Amino acid sequence: MVNLSKHFWYKLLGLYCGQVFEKSSLQVKNFGIWLRYESRSGTHNMYREYRDLTTAGAVTQCYRDMGARHRACAHSIQIMKVEEIAASQCCRPVVKVLRCLYKPRFTTQRPNTFF
Amino acid sequence: MVFKRYVEIGRVAYISFGPHAGKLVAIVDVIDQNRALVDGPCSGVRRQAMPFKCMQLTDFVLKFPHSARQKHVRVAWEKENINEKWTGTRWAKKIEAREKKAKMTDFDRYKVMKAKKMRNRIIKHEVKKLQKQSSKKA
Repeated sequence: MVNLSKHFWYKLLGLYCGQVFEKSSLQVKNFGIWLRYESRSGTHNMYREYRDLTTAGAVTQCYRDMGARHRACAHSIQIMKVEEIAASQCCRPVVKVLRCLYKPRFTTQRPNTFF
Repeated sequence: MVFKRYVEIGRVAYISFGPHAGKLVAIVDVIDQNRALVDGPCSGVRRQAMPFKCMQLTDFVLKFPHSARQKHVRVAWEKENINEKWTGTRWAKKIEAREKKAKMTDFDRYKVMKAKKMRNRIIKHEVKKLQKQSSKKA
């Protein structure tokens, strides 16, 4: 699956536009995705984290998640950056719980939403 | 004590539906709430993501570190002799019996009918004998 909106920017800026192949598709990775989307009342920047095997898979998850949680259509989402991040750098509690699967860590504090 | 089998690294699972239905697989890593990275080197399942929904946990757990390579999973699988242990479980036997029943021909059904009849006749005979004995005593 090609990064749909990277398409647009890459065409504009003349950069690489093609299918992104994964180096190690059989290892679970944590992905941080920086994106910009237009909601009904304005445009916002976001940082989201997903756990997946491939970059393309993580981006697909992101599109589905944005549609579900913010009712954002694919055409109103611009993925600015996708980066594989180390487990220690994950901020979102959903992802943090899973990276600590091997030594489960539970928290009693409410999650922080401002980073 | 409600749950006895847990999703953990090394847990052997039976795939209940999908393209790999009927095969055994080991959980190598957990991706997120719904999916696991799964590998079945000794059962012909390539390493892949698989939803938990199509997995049914068995009693067997292998010992290998998370995200271990297929080679290590295979070594652990063969060391524990999972394939043989699985065929010896009642679960696997029930599955086999179900499959056999589905493949029965009319002749097989006839044979089953005859065998059941013979068996029930023997049982009834013994029960009648015991009833007679107890009524005699009374």
